[in-house]
Amino acid sequence: MCRTCVAIAGADYCVIAADTRMSTGYSILTRDYSKIIQLADKSVMASSGFQADVRALQKVLAARHLIYQHQHNKQMSCPAMAQLLSNTLYYKRFFPYYAFNVLGGLDSEGKGCVFTYDAVGSYERVGYSAQGSGSTLITPFLDNQLKSPSPLLLPAKDAVTPLSESEAIDLVKTCFASATERDIYTGDKLEILVLNASGIRREYMELRKD
Amino acid sequence: MNNLIGSDADSQRTLYPYVTGTSVVGIKYKDGILLAADMGGSYGSTLRYKTVERMKSVGKHSIIGASGEISDFQEIMRYLDELILYDNMWDDGNSFGPKEVHNYLTRVMYNRRNKFNPLWNSLVLGGVKNGQKYLGTVNMIGVHYEDNHVATGFGNHLSRPILRDEWHENLTFEEGVKLLEKCMRVLLYRDRSAVNKLQIAKITEEGVTISQPYSLKTFWNFAAFQNPTVGAEGSW
Repeated sequence: MCRTCVAIAGADYCVIAADTRMSTGYSILTRDYSKIIQLADKSVMASSGFQADVRALQKVLAARHLIYQHQHNKQMSCPAMAQLLSNTLYYKRFFPYYAFNVLGGLDSEGKGCVFTYDAVGSYERVGYSAQGSGSTLITPFLDNQLKSPSPLLLPAKDAVTPLSESEAIDLVKTCFASATERDIYTGDKLEILVLNASGIRREYMELRKD
Repeated sequence: MNNLIGSDADSQRTLYPYVTGTSVVGIKYKDGILLAADMGGSYGSTLRYKTVERMKSVGKHSIIGASGEISDFQEIMRYLDELILYDNMWDDGNSFGPKEVHNYLTRVMYNRRNKFNPLWNSLVLGGVKNGQKYLGTVNMIGVHYEDNHVATGFGNHLSRPILRDEWHENLTFEEGVKLLEKCMRVLLYRDRSAVNKLQIAKITEEGVTISQPYSLKTFWNFAAFQNPTVGAEGSW
């Protein structure tokens, strides 16, 4: 089982992060397992849940993206990948992929976007999201820090955060350091992917190993 | 597929294991991979078979160690023999390395799990190809990962902590064997399905060697074992 992932959308960047611990029951299987995959130029997916299902889902999406590139001679946009992920999950509505996903990236205007999913494909574009066992600890904190506008407002107010890229990264590090303290399944190491106009960047941070 | 959990279909799928092997432990060392497994095949609580080879070489570059249902391991060997055969028949100078074999096994295990008819094993797959060392594991539900040291079953609880403390890069062969023997000794003391007859398998760029069976020295004269009921007369 893989346990916690987070994504935050900014004005022109997107931060996707997940811990690298893989556990089963009360045992840690490995401290160095990546739950994040880059599906397209501007789409990155982080998934928590049952590892075998997560891996199968990653492979299905990667294969579908390859076919898309052959047929359309271009990369899939993040909103397109978002729809594909939803459809792929719902396809197995009656024997689900036990995977709880966040999809992050840049939309066609270059603005950060984050899509959050349940195991059967229900999804929504949001400004930030956390999934997995640590989500209950992280989401209230992000709600407090990122002051997300109500989705009930008309006209709809943009949910992407006005924070700078480095501030968002610091926020993510704080989230995980805190979640690690209280969630037994979160820890070991934090993997952060930052997607922006100049490309993609990877960063790591050590977390408590207990 | 319409009676997935039906009683009639139960005769066609694996419900529980019968003859099982216990832990396999594997580590990366300087020149390649070392695997250790005992030679026991248990039939429930009976130690029925004591010369079961639970480690086999696969192709030129890999070695597999299996715990769990022995007959399913034999089935997996048939799958792998066919895989390697087709690989050889291409005759293109290329051959499957440990990464490829591990990926294949993962897909097989996962797909069997999805059909509710699992191969009841936890497998360790190690090898060296073009100087790259690889050590991975996959179990009956398709969960898989690679690491510098892996173990199945009880090994995860008893051996991994030892390995986390004492494993380091560039172990020599002797150091690696000593470390594995330490792990296997703890398993022998504490795992009731362990038998004192084990093999160590080594794989390097040059090839695979599986040692002859041998046994570990054990020590039972710890003071606490000598008079276990002292301080609690009447207990046992």
